[in-house]
Amino acid sequence: MDLTFSAEERAFEKEVRDFIAANLTPEMKRATALTPSVFSDPDIGMAWQRVLHKRGWGAPGWPVQHGGPDWTPAQRWIFEAECARAGVPNVNVMGVKMVGPVIIGFGSPEQKNFYLPRILSGEDYWCQGYSEPGSGSDLASLKTRAVRDGDDYIINGTKIWTTHAHHANRMFALVRTNETERQQDGISFILIDMKTPGITTRPILTIGGDHEVNQVFFDDVRVPVANRVGEEGKGWTYGKYLLEFERGAGIASAKLREALRTISDLAESDVTGRAIDDPDISLRMSEVEVDIDALEMTELRVLSALQTGQNPGAVSSILKLRNSEIRQAVTRLGVDVIGHDGLAVEPVRPLYRLNHEPPVPEEMLTVVPEFLNGRAWTIFGGSSEIQREIIAKMVLGI
Amino acid sequence: MDLTLSDEQRLLRESADRFVGETCTADHRRKAAAEPNGFSAATWKQFAELGWLALPIAEEYGGLGGGAIEIGILMEAFGRGLVSEPYLSTVVIGAGLIGTSGSEAQKQALLPKVADGSLYLAFAHAERAARFDLDKVETTAAKTPNGFRLSGHKIAVLDGQAADQIIVSARLVSANGSSGKLCLFLVPAGAPGMTLRDYPRLGGGHACSLDLRDVQLPADALLGDGSDALPAIEAVTDRAMAALGSEAVGIMQTLLDTTLEYTKIRKQFGRPLSANQVIRHRLADMAMQCDEARSMALRAALMADAEPVARGRAASGAKAKIGNCARFVAEQSVQLHGAMGVTEELDIGLYFKRLLAFDTLFGGSAHHYRRHAVLGGRAQG
Repeated sequence: MDLTFSAEERAFEKEVRDFIAANLTPEMKRATALTPSVFSDPDIGMAWQRVLHKRGWGAPGWPVQHGGPDWTPAQRWIFEAECARAGVPNVNVMGVKMVGPVIIGFGSPEQKNFYLPRILSGEDYWCQGYSEPGSGSDLASLKTRAVRDGDDYIINGTKIWTTHAHHANRMFALVRTNETERQQDGISFILIDMKTPGITTRPILTIGGDHEVNQVFFDDVRVPVANRVGEEGKGWTYGKYLLEFERGAGIASAKLREALRTISDLAESDVTGRAIDDPDISLRMSEVEVDIDALEMTELRVLSALQTGQNPGAVSSILKLRNSEIRQAVTRLGVDVIGHDGLAVEPVRPLYRLNHEPPVPEEMLTVVPEFLNGRAWTIFGGSSEIQREIIAKMVLGI
Repeated sequence: MDLTLSDEQRLLRESADRFVGETCTADHRRKAAAEPNGFSAATWKQFAELGWLALPIAEEYGGLGGGAIEIGILMEAFGRGLVSEPYLSTVVIGAGLIGTSGSEAQKQALLPKVADGSLYLAFAHAERAARFDLDKVETTAAKTPNGFRLSGHKIAVLDGQAADQIIVSARLVSANGSSGKLCLFLVPAGAPGMTLRDYPRLGGGHACSLDLRDVQLPADALLGDGSDALPAIEAVTDRAMAALGSEAVGIMQTLLDTTLEYTKIRKQFGRPLSANQVIRHRLADMAMQCDEARSMALRAALMADAEPVARGRAASGAKAKIGNCARFVAEQSVQLHGAMGVTEELDIGLYFKRLLAFDTLFGGSAHHYRRHAVLGGRAQG
């Protein structure tokens, strides 16, 4: 056993680090640090996506024939870790990491040829139409209907919690094409042009004051049947594939470590009156750091199993749960570290383009909004309660 | 980066699992507990035959040159069978200290005997006033014309009653009475002036307290050249905590497996306990904490030979985190077994107690989060 990466892997690490250093502009880095929602706005996120695409690194997880870089699991881990360390923009994952793999896995040749290059280049910006007002964790109960009319589906209904729907030009959605006894069997996976007549988007502000999610309404929206991915009624299978991807994808520990480092820097700074000197704060800092160590080690165990062709088992739920809980612990610690300055609300967005002097030092501006918005981590992508059910079923067999 | 077991490590795990599964049964534990030392000398002999006692000892002293990972593999199996043989005190700590601090002559004389199973060791370090601080030692060693004279009081000496030699830490005092550097001394069993109060240890095995009153030792009782022993004590303690972490993982996994089975079989209100969501989620949390503990134990073992700060943070982080996980898993295992979990009729209570002992040994979670913070430069020592 060995915790260190090989010489080639370390060379790759340096290559990634050098590349990021040469291409990540101070503006991008600052905008990322001052974004208290999950994803960077597209002007920042897509700028970075284009940089990556130009280098051939636009879609680390894709097969090489579709433009993936053909990295080993270790290389992907190193890449993600270096990105987190450097504080690169958080590119919206809906394209490269979510709809991309589904199209690669189940799409027609035409769909692959059309959509995949546009995802890679950032020409298309995707959002995900899964949840509905009446269907959160019980996703299969979704009611948005797609009724066949010649070569089109006519879609009526509404989707909610749609991240960046206000920026996106395309949506992948789960819609009901059939009333079946088993709810899952009547669902299809469909690609929708957001400029189609009949689509309206309503912003939803999250409790940190950020506009990241929306409600989207469909009013007799005509979508060609050719935009369906795979077979009619198989959408649930494709969607689940994607949810697995959502849970398992990404290397969370490196980002958590960076988030903790930010809080730790604040705690050691005079702007917080050296909050670190409070023994409760320093102890909790260690507690969270150790939790991150444990998560990182679990990720490395999974990585090691993947590298040697073994099945890592049903760990994605464990990783998702721990990542979300630790993230909340970090942001909670942040609130305690900044003390009185947490009372100040800066309502203007984006925080990196304020035209006035903020009420508190800039580095504190995201702390409370991140904590507030971050309550969603244990809810989206399958709530913690759903994850525990999955662990009970898949890991414990009960 | 490779966290998969080598072929040798896999074989070691298989043989350890097999031996523990077949030998270290509830019946064996009962018999061992009735032995004067709280363990079976015959089993110890088998350990020697299997090569386990030689495992971490350097090859030039009759060992196999294994490392913390191999110890972890063994300890996890030992945890599953609640092994009470003095592996930690004799092999991990005792032989570990002699290996790092002993003179060539001491290594030659003692390590082969540990490897062949003919020598038991113990480490007497903790003192009441020190709590868990490794550098707080009040036991004194005064220089005499022929050697040293030890006086002081030691507590929580694991397996001290069985030891042929006890490694005792003491501060050298000069003629004017000022105490100086920390040193280690080999004190033979039955040394005049040493009184040993033996007691059965929580969760299996024995421990003792030691009263040292003017114990006269020859000059060669000093372990090594008499340089400051604190770094060696810290290193061996970190290694011991990594090993104990693996043992705790074995115990926790057994508790989880047993509890899981019980909740499937036990029916109340016409359905198995495991059909209730509150129980399912509790078990999911237990499984998650077992997994986190496994990761931390592995991490501490992988970093057992790193530079002292990284090693110490990994060991303390593991001890603190596994301690919390162990408490949760142990308490929930008893809880989910209902009233039966509180009785001595099931083994659950025994595993519970062993985890409680684990949490206490070398300091609990709060102590080790604090050490983690201090080593990380975030808090004052």
